[in-house]
Amino acid sequence: MTAPKLIVTASPHIKSLDSTPQIMWTVVLSLIPVVLSAVFFFGISALLVIAAATLSALLTERLLGRPGSLSDGSALITGLLLGLSLPPGFPLWMACVGGAFGIGFGKLVWGGLGQNAFNPALVGRAFLQASFPVAITTWPKAGGPFFALKGDLFAWPFLHPNPDTVTAATPLGLLKFEGKGTPLVDLVLGTTGGSVGETASLVIIACGLFLLWKGYLNYRAPLAILLSVAVLSTILHAIDATKPDAAFMLFSGGLMLGAVFMATDMVTVPVTNLGRWVFGIGVGLLVVVIRVWGGLPEGVMYAILFMNALTPFINRATQPAVFGTRTRATT
Amino acid sequence: MALFGFKHGVHPPEEKELTSGLPIRRMPYPEELVLPLRQHAGKEAKLCVKVGDHVERGDPIGLADGFMSVPIHASAAGVVTAIDWWPHPDGTMAQSVHLKVDKYAPQVPRPRLVPKWEGLTVEQVVQAVQNAGVVGLGGAAFPTHVKLAPPKDWSVHTLIVNGAECEPYLTSDHRTMVEYPERVHFGCRVMMQTLGVKKAVIGVERNKPDAIAALERTKPADLDITILPLTVKYPQGAEKMLIQAVTGVEVPSGKLPVTVGVVVQNVGSLAAIAEVFDTGLPLIERIVTVSGHGLKRPANLIVPVGTMLRDLLAYCDGVAVDAAEVIIGGPMMGQAQSNLAAPVVKGTTGVVVLTAAETRAEKVYPCIHCGRCLEACPIFLNPSLLGDYARVRRYDDMADLHLADCMLCGSCAYVCPSNIPLSQLFQASKVALRRAQQAQKAGAA
Repeated sequence: MTAPKLIVTASPHIKSLDSTPQIMWTVVLSLIPVVLSAVFFFGISALLVIAAATLSALLTERLLGRPGSLSDGSALITGLLLGLSLPPGFPLWMACVGGAFGIGFGKLVWGGLGQNAFNPALVGRAFLQASFPVAITTWPKAGGPFFALKGDLFAWPFLHPNPDTVTAATPLGLLKFEGKGTPLVDLVLGTTGGSVGETASLVIIACGLFLLWKGYLNYRAPLAILLSVAVLSTILHAIDATKPDAAFMLFSGGLMLGAVFMATDMVTVPVTNLGRWVFGIGVGLLVVVIRVWGGLPEGVMYAILFMNALTPFINRATQPAVFGTRTRATT
Repeated sequence: MALFGFKHGVHPPEEKELTSGLPIRRMPYPEELVLPLRQHAGKEAKLCVKVGDHVERGDPIGLADGFMSVPIHASAAGVVTAIDWWPHPDGTMAQSVHLKVDKYAPQVPRPRLVPKWEGLTVEQVVQAVQNAGVVGLGGAAFPTHVKLAPPKDWSVHTLIVNGAECEPYLTSDHRTMVEYPERVHFGCRVMMQTLGVKKAVIGVERNKPDAIAALERTKPADLDITILPLTVKYPQGAEKMLIQAVTGVEVPSGKLPVTVGVVVQNVGSLAAIAEVFDTGLPLIERIVTVSGHGLKRPANLIVPVGTMLRDLLAYCDGVAVDAAEVIIGGPMMGQAQSNLAAPVVKGTTGVVVLTAAETRAEKVYPCIHCGRCLEACPIFLNPSLLGDYARVRRYDDMADLHLADCMLCGSCAYVCPSNIPLSQLFQASKVALRRAQQAQKAGAA
């Protein structure tokens, strides 16, 4: 027998087939229908905004990240999520700044994949919200010709964007500033104003179920968010009927996008299952508080970022009880 | 039938169909045997032969050194040709005795080296089992006679027999239960009587219905033996998991099974006890599963202890062209071999040859805190955090997180999508922690 060339590794010598890049690329795949729905509702403008945010995120990862880190797909997810959370007609240079900031300060300065405390897409968006408060709350109307350029996509940096745009307030803005409701069917289908990727709730839910079926989504945090928002807003609505009801709260704004794609970012949410429930309930409470009593119409972004900050503490408080240290359940 | 199992765990591909239907066959003697003096947990045996000695099959070549030790016996008649340091399947070097097998010897034993069981006192049984060199054949090779004499301050009420065999590929216990169920029951009888327990439970994963049927068919009427089908999950055969599945009780952290009134023994070891008392020969051969997609002819073989891997693999028609890794034991906890001159020892449950496609990739990604390891760990540790600590050498923090309870089953590393070698990190950390504690003790003294 000829001696084969042997490799020697530590046990276990076999591994399940799932890999981190495979998880990431599957999430990318699941985001494609959301991108398509954004393009369907907002036309080429949505595509341009998403592309700008994504390309700048990828470029930043390529320039400043570890060699080869683009191939794990995580920077692409960040770019896509940031793009999906921006208004249609958002000046493209600002989207680029957001993508670069999200990857650079949201992820790479922490040490790259797996090290960051805050969701990089939301870090980018929070930076844009702070820097360009007008542009990021200018909501061009959905619909219209596919190739119509909404808003002021090609605005030059540091010049005031062109104000004469046909805008339509988001359902949450309408409610907060004008006291008007929006038909539920529009909210569910996504035919409302809003960020390009957040309006089509049904598509987002379907994509989340796909990820759940693949085993790449831990349902606990999103379920906790949706349940806590539903319960709390139902109570508030029962006390004061001018407050929005549960259905409106669930299907408006970025709640679905945040719950399905951002509160499930494994890196920035608690690692324990109990912790994921805590995280989700915390996000849900904060969303309701900000939306109902806060100065801003929408609070999903800040709610998730705030709970991201608490994640290490939640982790510490929810360590599983080690086998043999628990009280005996049965004898 | 209720489901008996434990929480968490993983489901690696079983790959048992390669050998589960193959009857156990006897491998012919190789030309040379290598017998390490350390083949069991505890103190290694004391050498009692010298170069040039002629030994018969079953003669001792190493004697037990104290209670936590067992002797080593010659697996075949032959001449001692060398005593040297030789590759041991655990990856180290060990003092070993080389035997040149006498081709023309009849290889029949001298009359009865082990007394008949009937009529022996408890002490005599324990002594006989120790003298026969019997150890746990499930892999850890814990001396069996020690388990027959549990500390007196605990009372044992149940003997649990481990027939789970949850490691992929391995079928030696499975075939033992199918082909020699009477031996399992006889071994059970010896242990029950010696321990003075009234009740025994044989736990078998339900993917071995033929083994369960064979054990049920041959069950002795006068003993209270239950054959319990268990859920098919890795690591069902881990001692603590098996005890929980059978009794519902968790063995307290850091304690032995005897503290909850049970003794666990592997079916192969019971069959070995039975064989030792039946034939009068000490433990000099064992059943080994030789399997894997990188092997040309998988088999379940009775192999003389000390057979070198290269002889064993050659008997199985050698390895395939894409063979990449030779593992002693199963692929989840086994030891990869760098030298095929390493011998089969008493604790060798199987030899698995993996193809290049089955082995782990080299590329490791950062931990993304997906939490899969937490859902895999049967001990409910936090391997994600332990892994983070291990890489920055925070061993004391790891100890606080119950590193000592980790049994290195590899479930976390198996599911890790980032391919982080968690078991390896934890094993290294355990060693580092032990060294630090020893140094501290030495400093204090």
